[in-house]
This record gives sequence, structure tokens and C-alpha cells, in this order.
Amino acid sequence: MTRSPKRSPQRSPKRSPKGEAPREEPRTEPREKSPKRRRVVEPSRLAARDVLAEAVAGMLQRPGRSVLTALGTVLGVGTFVAILGLTATTSSQIDSRFNVLTATEVTVEDVARDQNEFADPAFPADADARIERLGGVEDAGVYWNVRLAPGTAVRSAPVGDGTGSERIDVVAASPGALRAAEPTLAQGRLYDEFASGSAQPVAVLGKAVADRLGITTLETSPAVFIGDEPFTVAGIIDDVKRRADVLMSVTVPRTTAEKLWGPPQQGDAKMLITTATGAAAQIAREAPVALRPDHPEYLKAVPPPDPRTLRAGVTDDLDQLFLLLAAVSLVIGAVGIANTTLVAVLERTGEIGLRRALGARGRHITVQFLTESGALGTMGGLVGTALGVSTVIAVALVRDWTPVMHTGTVVAAPAVGLVTGVVAGLYPAWRASRIEPAEALRR
Amino acid sequence: MSGTGETGRAAEPAGTGDQDVPVIEFRGVSLTYPGPPPVAALRPCELTVHRGEFITVVGPSGSGKSTFLNVAGLLDAPTGGTYLLDGIDTAALRDGERTALRGRRIGFVFQSFHLLPHRSATENVTLSMVYSAVPRAERRARARTALERVGLGHRADALPGRLSGGERQRVAIARALAGRPSLLLCDEPTGNLDSDNAGSVLDLLGELHASGMTIVVITHDAEVAERGQRTVTIRDGILSEPSREARA
Ligand SMILES: Nc1ncnc2c1ncn2[C@@H]1O[C@H](COP(=O)(O)OP(=O)(O)OP(=O)(O)O)[C@@H](O)[C@H]1O
Ligand SMILES: [Mg+2]
Repeated sequence: MTRSPKRSPQRSPKRSPKGEAPREEPRTEPREKSPKRRRVVEPSRLAARDVLAEAVAGMLQRPGRSVLTALGTVLGVGTFVAILGLTATTSSQIDSRFNVLTATEVTVEDVARDQNEFADPAFPADADARIERLGGVEDAGVYWNVRLAPGTAVRSAPVGDGTGSERIDVVAASPGALRAAEPTLAQGRLYDEFASGSAQPVAVLGKAVADRLGITTLETSPAVFIGDEPFTVAGIIDDVKRRADVLMSVTVPRTTAEKLWGPPQQGDAKMLITTATGAAAQIAREAPVALRPDHPEYLKAVPPPDPRTLRAGVTDDLDQLFLLLAAVSLVIGAVGIANTTLVAVLERTGEIGLRRALGARGRHITVQFLTESGALGTMGGLVGTALGVSTVIAVALVRDWTPVMHTGTVVAAPAVGLVTGVVAGLYPAWRASRIEPAEALRR
Repeated sequence: MSGTGETGRAAEPAGTGDQDVPVIEFRGVSLTYPGPPPVAALRPCELTVHRGEFITVVGPSGSGKSTFLNVAGLLDAPTGGTYLLDGIDTAALRDGERTALRGRRIGFVFQSFHLLPHRSATENVTLSMVYSAVPRAERRARARTALERVGLGHRADALPGRLSGGERQRVAIARALAGRPSLLLCDEPTGNLDSDNAGSVLDLLGELHASGMTIVVITHDAEVAERGQRTVTIRDGILSEPSREARA
């Protein structure tokens, strides 16, 4: 049989529309109808599940390469998680220390001389009592370093040179100031309001000072001499939670010090107030008025720092540097994925041609390669997250900290990997979709 | 989804249940590669292939055989003339529609097989159904049937690397068949095979023809060309059909 339809003039329907109208009627008609006709053929589809299956298969067919490709993302995401986790862990560490001590501490300074150069020392004699009346105050007291005349030394005997040349500081402190330091006594006791009120010559020694003065026991009622003045040693302090200077000093009642050596020099005196949790800021506002209703401006109360600004200060600096490094690793990871995906696209040109021949549209090819690079990124992100979390836990264990991670970090980290992978895949996937099937199959 | 089976297809507007509608109808189809310089790889030509025919296209290297296949397989759009596939005017189709038509109506068999090396025979065959919305559950069953049809039921789980050349080509044919095309387009299907393997592939094509498949085989081998009911010759882009008595 031979079928030879009548020969028709050559025409190029698409590329030279200016060519004269075709003489070939039967075809013109259906073609003009074409805009109305719907769906000559069911469109190609690619189900989400198939996309995933193809991507995983593509990743697994070169497992070694996939692992190496994902390495950059692993490092980037891992660093990111480790830094954020360590920051969260250390700042929670700071927070807890902060809560115990710093948040319950107010210091009041004497700034009278800045206001009025003829002003007397700002703290009144009944300063402790005035402050202890405020709600939320636990202990409060005035203290200062006593400026002794040159040549006045602290000794354990009235004369002689038992102490050598090293100076031992003498601190004047009201009983409240001593209690506010939260001392632990090795022996004896602190001096109380009675001893202070009657300006008795008693002293409390830091452990180190007692050792240097050769005082090992209070049973013999030992004394120390400041210059020529004898002081009975009431107690030896083993440790303090605040005002570590107490450990290195001889502390005597404020009243006694004033009687013997006069009032504090301008600006020397300070007041330490310990408060109930949460009361510090309020007490800092009230303290100057309570102490000096006539001249509150002579006193400056320093409240505890805001924990939020404290944390921000810690997070800054080094952590930002590491986060920058994490970002750099991520970029390197992205470049790695982009490179590998591009190589894969070139290697798999034949496969791309085949898929196009089997009905894949350009966008199906795009989606396949994007999913593949996204899957690589996600894999890197997941492994990186695991490594980052392990690092945080390990560091916390070694330092004896409680590991703290924000859930946001752990959830976001694999997503960061996914985004890295998808962004890295954009160019290769676009290239893949542009490959002409006829060209690709020629190979 | 519908339209993957023969019945669904018959329901479509330009349906092909009708035996009288030719599978391929070239009316003055030509293709000139734009160049420079422009290459007239396929001169305006007429060709009609009816349902169930087995035709072979022969010609020397560079004569335009692959160009012909690309046009017939909707991989390249002709620059002139009209090509009706199953009665559907392909020039009126948008890009996505051409792709879908290609995927659903044409089964390709290539000289170099184009099997994915890391997928089993069955997985390679199911690939032809991924883009035409065949439900996953059905794909495997259809792939098995197709592999049995080409005599490879027992090698269904083998990787292509473990198959002989002839077996690989039969997997490729199974892949083409699983999509239930109306046309099997083969470009040098035996070009990479020794004579034994080539023989088995050609026998298979003969059987498929006997069971009603429309087949176009492109070859430069006169012996292979003999297998067809009709042989079309192509030379310097000119398609001609030596009048040869094929059947009544
Ligand atoms: N993309 C192209 N751009 C320009 N010319 C091309 C292109 N593809 C093919 N040609 C030319 O078109 C002519 C026909 O090529 P085609 O690939 O169809 O030959 P063939 O018959 O398949 O040859 P072979 O048997 O070697 O595969 C050749 O001269 C070739 O150089
Ligand atoms: Mg060729």
C-alpha cells in the first residue's frame, strides 16, 4: 500500500508567520478552533512522593560523594547550634549566680563632695537602722577603709616586729555591714550592735590575716594591736560571699574606728545592703532619701545590673565571631552542594534527556534537582544539629553546667540546612531544566 | 486520573480508538537547523504510518535519521509542515502539552539504552509511568508484566550492569511498553549489540508488531531494515519510499 497525501507547499507555521496563508484547508480549521479545544492530552505530573523518592535515590546512588558534599553544611549548622547552645548554657549559668548574689545587692556611695565641697561625710550615725526599716532589706551597714597614720602597723604584740613589713588593712564596718558580707566563721563570733554601740575595742580577722599574725585559737583571748591600741579578737572569718577584702583585713566596729581615728575621708564610706529577691531596685530608689531626707543627692545608690543587659554583654564579642564563622561554613557548604549538583547535572545529562522523553517537563527536572540538593542540605543540617547538641552537652558535662538549648535553635537548625541546600541547588537545577532533550539524548 | 489506558484514551477529544486515524502523518514536514550555516537536515516530506505497521527508516550516517526521529518523537519541533500524531496537530500544542503527548503516546528505544545504572530493571521500567500519573501501586505490576512480555521476568531485580547488552535493550523496550504508547520509536536499537543479542531484540520487535504495536525502527543496517513491513530511505535529508510491494 502506498499512501501519499497531496503534496502541500512548504510552510513554516511557527517561525515565519508572514508566509502566505496555507492553501491547505482541512488543517486550517481545526487549528483556528484550537484555543477553544480543551486538553488534547492529560498534562504530565510529578507527585510529591515521587519527587522525594527520586531525590533520595539520587542521593544514595553516590553515598560517599553525598556525605562529602554535606560536610560543609554539617560544619556550618553544627557550629551554629553549638554556639547558640553554649551561649544559652553559659548565660543561664550567669543568670543563676546573678540571682543568688548580685540581684540582691545594693551599694550606696558617698558623693557629697561632688555636690558641695564643704559637706560632711554623708552617712548618718544611725544609717544601718534607717535602712533596715525599709521593706525587703536583710542586712545593711556602712564600711570604709581606715587610713592609718604612716608607720602605724597591725601586730599581735604591743611592740616588736612580728608582722614583718607587709601592711594589713584595717576596715571600719558596722555590724550590719559585716553580716551583709555573709561570712562563715572559723572561730568565735561577729561583734554585735551592743559592742558597736559602746565603741568597744573588738576586731574580727580574716583567716589569712589571723594566720599571718600567728593567731590560731581564740581560747587564749588573743589581742591584736593597731598602732598602740589593743583589740580583742572576737572571731576569725573563714570565707565570705561578698566583700572578699574582709578576708585580708582586720575589721573593727565603725564607732570604735571613728573614736580612735576620726570619721571616714570623703568618699571612702560605702554602704552595703542585701535585700530579698526582687527588692533591690526598689530599695536602691528609696535608700538615699531614707538615709538623708535633707540631702538625698549626697548619696548614690547602685542597683544590681539588669540581667538582660548583662546577658547581651556576654553574648556579644566572641560569640558573634563564632556565628560569623558558622555563616562562613554555611556559605562554603552551599558552594559545595552547588558544585556537586552542577557536576551531577552534567553527568546525568543522558538521564535528563530520558526523563524528558518519558514526559518530564522542564520544571519537573528543576524540582527533582532542587529536592536533591535540599535533601543533601537537610541531611547536613540534621547531622550538624546532632553534633552541635552533643558538643553543648559534652562541654556542659565537663564544666559541670546544666546544658540549656532553646527549642527554636534545635528546630531551626535542620531548616537552615534545607534552605542552604535549596539555595545552592537553584542554579544547577535551572541549568538542568534548560537542557534540550534532543541534545541530551544524542550522547 | 483517567486516560492512561486504551479506554481512557478513546474518550479524549482527538481520540485514537479509530483504526483509520494514522499514528504518524507528516504533511510537508521539514526541519532546518538554524545554524549558521543553516542545515536542512530534513527536507519537506510526506509520510503516513498506520496503526499496527512496522516500518524501518534507513540511510547512511548524517543523512538525517536522528533528525527524523526527533521530529516524530516530538523532541524537536519541525520548522515547516504539519505533523499529526494520532490525529492531533502537534504544531498547535503548547510546550507542556507536547511533553505530555510525548510521554503518553511514544515509547522510545535508544541505541545506548539510557537505563539508570543504580536502579533495578523493574525500577527502570516504572520510570516511564512516573510522569503520567499512574498510581504507584499499579506501576510495579505493570512493570512486571512488561518485563515478562520481553522475556525478563526472572531478571526483574537485576541492576543494568549485571545484564547483557541484549537484556538491557529488552529492559528499555519493556520501559517503553509499560507506558502503553501508541508508537514505539527505536533509534538504532541494535547498534550496540552483537548479532545474537541483536537477533533476540529484533525477534522481540517482530512479536510486538504481531500483537498489534506500531513500530518505527531507524537503522543504517540493511539487514535490520529487512525486518520491517515497509522501508523508508533517507538520504541528505530527503525521505523517499521505494515502491515495494509490502501487502495488499
Ligand atoms: N543541532 C544541530 N545543529 C546543526 N546541525 C545539526 C544538528 N544536529 C544534526 N545536525 C546535522 O544534521 C544532519 C543530520 O543529522 P542526524 O543526526 O539526523 O544524522 P543521522 O542520520 O542520525 O546520522 P547517524 O547515522 O550518524 O546518527 C547532519 O549533517 C548533522 O550534522
Ligand atoms: Mg543518528
